[in-house]
Amino acid sequence: MVTKTGPSSAKLGSFAWDDPLLLDDQLTEDERMIRDAARAYCQDHLLPRVVEANRYEVFHREIMNEMGELGFLGSTIEGYGCAGVNYVSYGLVAREVERVDSGYRSAMSVQSSLVMHPIHAYGSEAQREKYLPKLAAGEWVGCFGLTEPDAGSDPAGMKTRARSADGGYILTGSKMWITNAPISDVFVVWAKNDAGRINGFVLEKGMKGLSAPKIEGKFSLRASITGEIVMDEVFVPEENRLPNADGLSGPFGCLNRARYGIAWGAMGAAEFCFHQARQYQLDRKQFGRPLAANQIPQLKLANMETEIALGLQAALRVGRLMDEGRVAPEMISLIKRNNCGKALDIARVARDMHGGNGIADEFHVIRHAMNLEAVNTYEGTHDVHALILGRAITGLQAFAP
Amino acid sequence: MKILVPVKRVVDYNVKIRVKADGTGVETASVKFSMNPFDEIAVEEAVRLKEAGKATEVVVVSLGPSAAQETLRTALAMGADRAILVQTDAEVQPLAVAKVLKALVDKEQPRIVLLGKQAIDDDCNQTGQMLAALLGWPQGTFASKVAVGDDALTVTREIDGGLETIELTLPAVVTADLRLNEPRYASLPNIMKAKKKPFETLTPGSLGVDVTPRLTTLKVVEPPRRKAGVKVADVAALVDKLKNDARVI
Repeated sequence: MVTKTGPSSAKLGSFAWDDPLLLDDQLTEDERMIRDAARAYCQDHLLPRVVEANRYEVFHREIMNEMGELGFLGSTIEGYGCAGVNYVSYGLVAREVERVDSGYRSAMSVQSSLVMHPIHAYGSEAQREKYLPKLAAGEWVGCFGLTEPDAGSDPAGMKTRARSADGGYILTGSKMWITNAPISDVFVVWAKNDAGRINGFVLEKGMKGLSAPKIEGKFSLRASITGEIVMDEVFVPEENRLPNADGLSGPFGCLNRARYGIAWGAMGAAEFCFHQARQYQLDRKQFGRPLAANQIPQLKLANMETEIALGLQAALRVGRLMDEGRVAPEMISLIKRNNCGKALDIARVARDMHGGNGIADEFHVIRHAMNLEAVNTYEGTHDVHALILGRAITGLQAFAP
Repeated sequence: MKILVPVKRVVDYNVKIRVKADGTGVETASVKFSMNPFDEIAVEEAVRLKEAGKATEVVVVSLGPSAAQETLRTALAMGADRAILVQTDAEVQPLAVAKVLKALVDKEQPRIVLLGKQAIDDDCNQTGQMLAALLGWPQGTFASKVAVGDDALTVTREIDGGLETIELTLPAVVTADLRLNEPRYASLPNIMKAKKKPFETLTPGSLGVDVTPRLTTLKVVEPPRRKAGVKVADVAALVDKLKNDARVI
């Protein structure tokens, strides 16, 4: 039988198992250069530290200075000592950092999207000048206080109050699961004012009544420090209120950007697990041949490669739309939910494919699996993002009475 | 003082090299390329000399395909001031590169040409030496330390028995060895700034240089696979093997 083929189908390209859909080709020269610089730093300087950091629950504070020097912090902001790169580049950096550890990427995301972004987007010129250069350099560390012990997926239910007082506000309340809080110099805190509207405030370390105890006993993101923010009648002057944020759209604008970075980052962690599992299966021989010669490992690897390739394509597409100013929050929900959920599955399978060695931290996969539990949960859980999509699909909101 | 730093775009050192099925070369389709690591060290050294106030301008140059632009941009992001691409799709061999560089030296009048001791793709280790010969300049190859004086250069060289320190009269050619320095990472702001730095594209023809390869590659093959070792019964058998099979005693 003769099959008729057109001229285009006659020509075939080559397949790269580690870049199946040729993502590399879809990037610009700058984007590739940024990715390569980020990868080199992360592999040479973050990877050697992470096993100890995770094992003993240490956040190496100097990482913030190193990231600052390389321009990773607040990288999308123009001016104020920031690089002014596009959102695709920001995503590529997140992917490289999280290829090493989700905790390091969390520290970077929080500083960039949740601290520097709101100060840049909603702050006064004086606030930008005061905070952004030091945050960009990593000289100061910042954190973002939205979640409370009793207000997670439903931030509008927050109890933190900002009472008007002479020359400013008195803040009272507590915030929970706050990345970077115990070592922060700057705290972007969201609280309800006398009118019940959510406002943003920039608190500084040393303010009377402000403390940030560390949360002990975490089994996830152990290389990044997490704490509470406790505010007991903290006086915050008027000039520390973010003048251009009113209502939940303020914190949501920040979270959108952070979630976008997470969608890329989670794929970095997944890629690492995929590559490790592949190598392990090729190296380890049982019954006289590599484990990789069996059908079940090949199926698992094919599933991993497929999900990663699709997840990265989706992240790139949303990044391009962000750069064109055409992104909708639901798109970010879609990729955050998909990529985190898939990355978690991949990490668990990779852990399994390492057999007994998979539970030892020096093989890294158990650390990624533990980390991704938090990544799948924070900044909108897998389920809540489904409900955001569900609302957009049906026009019916499932998460409020 | 101007420093000229030639850089080469090569297959990344992390890539596992595969020979093409037809034996004409190595596989380069969908393979990651980056700057030759020894050239990266040369760029770093030149940028450090500029930062220390010893050099006034660092010009990077590459001979290669249009994709070598990316390699030059990396050098600009590391701190070089401007770039020249001499564009050709021909296979570039050391003598042709040295001739192109000589033409550029005549044009640019640098006091130092600082380049990697060899490229990790063909491992020729010839370009620097050939260039020095064509220019009639002194050369300091395999440099692990470079100190710049007013009219001279002190170069510490890595040689078989240890280190050799030589003094060269400027202008001179220096080739960088692995231990000269540890190159910096290009920062995001510097990558963005690199886009605005001057970038000139020339052709070998416009410099009056013929880059036609003088050497012909007959075939490229994988290195032979290492054979498994053998166990010998006693010392006599070992001595016999060393004498007759290995012929080392």
